Amino acid sequence: MVLTTQLMFQAFQMLLVLALAPLLTGVVRKVKARLTRRRGASIFQPYRDLFRLMRKEAVIADNASWIFRSAPYLIFAATWVAAALTPTFRTGLMFSWSADLIVIVALLGSARFILALAGMDVGTAFGGIGSSREMMIAAFAEPAMLLAVFTVALVAGSTELSSIAAFMTSDAVGLRVSLALALFALIMVAIAENARIPVDNPATHLELTMVHEAMVLEYSGRHLAMIEFASFLKLLLYASMIGAVFAPWGLAEDGAGVARNALGVMVYLGKLLGAAILLALFETATAKMRVFRVPDFLGAALMLGFLGALLLFAGGRF
Amino acid sequence: MNEAALQLMCVAAFLALAAASLAAGRRPHASAPLYLANAAIAATAFAVSVAALIGGRGPVLFDLPIGIPWIGAHFRADALSYFFLAVINFGAVAASLFAVGYGRQEREPHRILPFYPAFLAAMNLVLLADDAFTFLLSWEFMSLASFALVLAHHHDPENRRAAYVYLTMASFGTLALLFVFGLLAGPSGGYLFADIRSREFEAGLGGAVILLALLGAGSKAGLAPVHVWLPLAHPAAPSHVSALMSGVMTKVAVYAFIRIAFDLVGVSDWSIAAPVMLIGGATAVLGILHALMERDIKRLLAYSTIENIGVIFAMLGFAMAFQANGMATPAALAFVAALFHVANHSIFKGLLFFSAGSMLNATGVRDIEQMGGLIHRMRKLAPLFLIGCVAISALPPLNGFASEWLAFQAVLQSPELPQLGLKILAPMIGALLALAAALAAACFVRLYGVAFLGRPRGASAVEARDPDGWSLGAIAMMAALCVLFGLFPGVVVDAVAPVATLALGAPLAPQSGNQWLSIIPIDAAQSSYNPLLLFAFIAFSAILAAFVSRLSASHAYRRSPAWGCGFEPTGPQTQYSGASFSQPIRNTLGRIAFDAAESVDMPSPGDQRPATMKVRVRDLVWDAIYGRIATVINAISEKLNGLQFLTIRRYLSLVFATLVLLLLGLAAWS
Repeated sequence: MVLTTQLMFQAFQMLLVLALAPLLTGVVRKVKARLTRRRGASIFQPYRDLFRLMRKEAVIADNASWIFRSAPYLIFAATWVAAALTPTFRTGLMFSWSADLIVIVALLGSARFILALAGMDVGTAFGGIGSSREMMIAAFAEPAMLLAVFTVALVAGSTELSSIAAFMTSDAVGLRVSLALALFALIMVAIAENARIPVDNPATHLELTMVHEAMVLEYSGRHLAMIEFASFLKLLLYASMIGAVFAPWGLAEDGAGVARNALGVMVYLGKLLGAAILLALFETATAKMRVFRVPDFLGAALMLGFLGALLLFAGGRF
Repeated sequence: MNEAALQLMCVAAFLALAAASLAAGRRPHASAPLYLANAAIAATAFAVSVAALIGGRGPVLFDLPIGIPWIGAHFRADALSYFFLAVINFGAVAASLFAVGYGRQEREPHRILPFYPAFLAAMNLVLLADDAFTFLLSWEFMSLASFALVLAHHHDPENRRAAYVYLTMASFGTLALLFVFGLLAGPSGGYLFADIRSREFEAGLGGAVILLALLGAGSKAGLAPVHVWLPLAHPAAPSHVSALMSGVMTKVAVYAFIRIAFDLVGVSDWSIAAPVMLIGGATAVLGILHALMERDIKRLLAYSTIENIGVIFAMLGFAMAFQANGMATPAALAFVAALFHVANHSIFKGLLFFSAGSMLNATGVRDIEQMGGLIHRMRKLAPLFLIGCVAISALPPLNGFASEWLAFQAVLQSPELPQLGLKILAPMIGALLALAAALAAACFVRLYGVAFLGRPRGASAVEARDPDGWSLGAIAMMAALCVLFGLFPGVVVDAVAPVATLALGAPLAPQSGNQWLSIIPIDAAQSSYNPLLLFAFIAFSAILAAFVSRLSASHAYRRSPAWGCGFEPTGPQTQYSGASFSQPIRNTLGRIAFDAAESVDMPSPGDQRPATMKVRVRDLVWDAIYGRIATVINAISEKLNGLQFLTIRRYLSLVFATLVLLLLGLAAWS
């Protein structure tokens, strides 16, 4: 009985992230449009886009290999699994112990590896430019991310997201400088990883500024739908992760009743809405930076993460 | 008959095979049976050592009345040697099987065949040696045998230079080890390892010994700054030997360091751990940055070996830091991470070097910028090579990530260390390891993307074909192990438990009882990782996604030319090349590491000459250390050159003056 309930919760979370991911992107787009005094598309537009892409014929370049055709499914699967193992509305999901925070970061790394390969598969200049820049950004983002993870893990005494979230809700945590530094580092990394302004522009099709879009330029139809869906899921994952670690309120505990879980879902929706609005505000207020300024941006994230970790490693209680 | 004797019999068999190869090496078709014989002997040695390791056999001794009179040669096999014997002989089995097919392409097999079993014998001997003489003798034997193999294709002046640099560095390394054993034996001259173990070392002496061992073993393993020979020598040898040198011989050096630092001296001083950690972390980043700039596939892989060795030594440094402070479990965790990475690296580096050899045979070039599109031509090799690339990039769910994950868990234990210096160092090393892992991913995306994907960049890549069955079989075996070790890391962690007990006195908690085969290094509440479940999840989700899209989406697809932004399709030259792929990293991290700079010469409007761009990348380590040493030595020898053209009278007076000076010196001293 306990097992079935747990399994149901896990399955529910898998479906929940799937259902909410396009909505989150839709809301961000809508808020951004309103902020720039446009009316903007409906918040459900991403769903329609996905359905449209699914129905369309896929055009594959002559030279594309099996990597190009299988990559979208693998990227989608890796991102989906990572998103399904991140606490959203409750902690202690059935399989949450199979991957800790480091594994979740690395899973996204696997997805990026495959995407970068797919970008180089056809043999055009655009795919290569995207892959090359993406891997450069990752080279700076990953250490920064890991240092932020170290900080959080040391405060909570665990790398398991469930345990971290549980610890963060307790009174033991208090206000800490290191956590604030880690939060900033994590947000900067999240912006870079999700190809948002100022690192990359998700709406652009001006080739010279593209990173993510350049890699997927050759994709169409159902393959593009999978990749788009994966990037929606990735944004949701980062929002949930930051939410679970730094704003863990309302998360239902393991063994809580249905009503408590329902409340958890409601709070989670609120957190996502908040994240969407903040992201849209930030994106509207900043300008895209040149690609070679990105290392400076991520270098700052790295320094913040390092400072945070250092405070904990050396100081103990900051 | 104990295990040590069995292993020694394998060594004797290798040596006999070397002698036989000397006689038969020039015959046509001799290489395949000889390599099969190598594989059979190595497989026997592997089976013996694995059985002993899993069976938890204690140390066994075996003495031979050969060598220096009244001392003899002493051999000993314990858990540490069993583990490394298993790693080395497995690498040897795979390399020999690969060479059964690969060796057919060899034009001068008689230059390789006799030295190959001798090299394997020497590596086995180093791991079995139980006194300083035997150890150093085997070590030199290993250096010389591999030197001969590096020189196998001696017509190429590059290879001759590589062999020369290798020999110089190998002599330097042995010199350092000579001092190590001199200090270890002390004035009493107890050169048996058993005598050395029973001695007490004060902190200063122990530290000096460990630093010298770091220099001596590190020069063989490829630690910066004594790594310079490695990217020259490893690629110069035939590919199966490159695989052995990169994947396996560097591990003998790791063994030597562990044997000296953990077993003979024993770690008691935390301050000695700091340089090991720092050098390891710096080596990892420097090695992979070099690999990112490289366009020769075998040199690229050799540089990536330097990175992995850096990771291994950084973890050993953490193990030393924990051990010196009496933190048994974290020390075991770091140590096990290092050993796991030793095994992993020997597997995927073997895979990658074998594949590189096959690609070299198929295309005739080592330059990845001349390859491209191999995925359409080497259809069987392509997925296997991809597994190797994913594994070495430390990505889940393959084996490279499993050891990397353990390493990060070990780093996370370091705030408990009492020393402030180590506390500051630990997150820095963690960040360096993360940077190295991210750069490794970039490096292997670049390698795979440029060599296997896209369109053929050179004429030779168009005609490439899959390698023969033996080569493919050896590569597939390694790929299978990458997956298996990745999915069942607990098995490996448990297998190396006796080694940790031997070196540190405490093993990691056994993993075999864990639910669902996860690995839980310290405590389930702290961290756990279950690659099997993760893999099942990803496979399930991917299949589900493909199934749903098959069910509901349009099945139609159409092939068409790639999108050229409305322009005519462009030629393969317009693809992203390896140099352009690494340009963003060259312009950021390369500025620091290589003093990299680009200068563009743009002709003014109306000018007809082509625009040019020059890229400067300097090897700062070479310039700062080796370049200077070479300059000084050159200057001195220029000065001394005059001495060779003197008259006989002058020579006689020189001899006389020297004699008088020496006698005077002697008189003054006594």
